[in-house]
Amino acid sequence: MFCYCDFHIHSCLSPCGQPEMTPSNIARMAALQGYNIIAVSDHNTTGNCRAVIRAAAEAGIVAIPAMELTTSEEVHMLCLLPSADAADEFGKYVYERLPDIRNEPGFFGEQILMDFDDNILGYEERLLINATDISLQDVPALLAVYGGVAIPAHIDRSSFSILSNLGYIDRSLGFRAVEISRGCDPRILLENYPELDNMPYYKNSDAHDLYSMLTAKNGLELVEITAEEIIDIFKRGDVPNRLK
Amino acid sequence: MTVRMLAEKLDLECISNGDGNREVTGCYVGDLLSRVMGSAKEGNVWITIMSNVNVAAVASLADVSCIILAEGVKPDADLEAKLEIVDAALYTTPMASYEIAWKIHELIGV
Repeated sequence: MFCYCDFHIHSCLSPCGQPEMTPSNIARMAALQGYNIIAVSDHNTTGNCRAVIRAAAEAGIVAIPAMELTTSEEVHMLCLLPSADAADEFGKYVYERLPDIRNEPGFFGEQILMDFDDNILGYEERLLINATDISLQDVPALLAVYGGVAIPAHIDRSSFSILSNLGYIDRSLGFRAVEISRGCDPRILLENYPELDNMPYYKNSDAHDLYSMLTAKNGLELVEITAEEIIDIFKRGDVPNRLK
Repeated sequence: MTVRMLAEKLDLECISNGDGNREVTGCYVGDLLSRVMGSAKEGNVWITIMSNVNVAAVASLADVSCIILAEGVKPDADLEAKLEIVDAALYTTPMASYEIAWKIHELIGV
C-alpha cells in the first residue's frame, strides 16, 4: 500500500521547534494533511518520541521514532529507529556525547518534554543543538547497532549538511539515500554535484512550526506499516525518487 | 585596542555596530559552532565564514567582542535580525581568515 510519510518534523523539544509543535498538535496536523506515517526527529534527542507515537495513534496515524543527530563535523543526520526502546537507548548514547553546555532559552528557545496529551513533563536544560563527538564516519555502524538507519539530512542546505561541511559524499560510508529540503530543486543540486546522479532521495518537511507541515505529497510503497520496513527501504535506497 | 579602532585599521565593512568600545583580547578562527562555543575566549575577535542565525547565539555565549565574516561572506537575513540583541559587532571583509588574523596579530601583538 502507498503511504504518505514525513520523517523529519521537529517538536517543541528542539530549541528551534516552535512551542506549538506539541506531540498532539503535530499528530493531528499530520493526519489533517493526509499523512499516514510521521517521525519526529528532534536535535540529538529522542525524548518526545514515545509521546508522539501515542499521540499519532490517537490521531489514527503511525509515528516511528527518529532523531536528527549532529555529528562532530556539524553534519545533520536523520536517524530512523525501529522501536521506542531502541530510541531510548540511542538517545542515552547520544546525550552522553553532547557537550555539557546549558541552553539559553532566550537565544535558542525552550526545550520542552511532553507527554502524548501535551502536558509538560519538564525542560531539557542541556543545549541540544550542539555537535556531538560522534564522527560521521562512525554513524552508519552506530545506527546498525540500534537497528536503525542514518540518512544525510537536507544535503542541499548551505550549513549543517554533508555537502556544505565536507564538500562531497564519501561513497565508502554506504549511504544509499539522502534527504533534500522541501524547497530544493533536484536539477540545480545536480548541476553543482553531478556525481550525485541517480542518488535516491526523499523530501521531508523539516517543519519547525505547524504552518510548514505541508499537504502530503511524498510517500513509500509498504507491505506493512512498520519502522523496520521503512528502515530497510532507506538502507537499500529503495525510495521512489532519484536525483536526475 | 577597541573593536571600532580595529575595524577602521582593517577597513572592515560594518553590518552591525554592537559595542565598539570593547577591548579586543585576541583572535579565534573557526567555523564549527560548537567548537567556537567551547574555545573562543571572552573579548576575542571571532573570524568565520558561517553566516546563519546560530552565529549570533554562539557569539553571545562565547562573549566575543566582534565577529568578522571572511571571504566576502554576508550574513543571512535571520542572522542580521538577531544581531540587535547581541553586543558583538559584525563586520565583513573580502580578506581570507589567515590574512585577517595576521593583521590582527600585527595590530595587537597577541
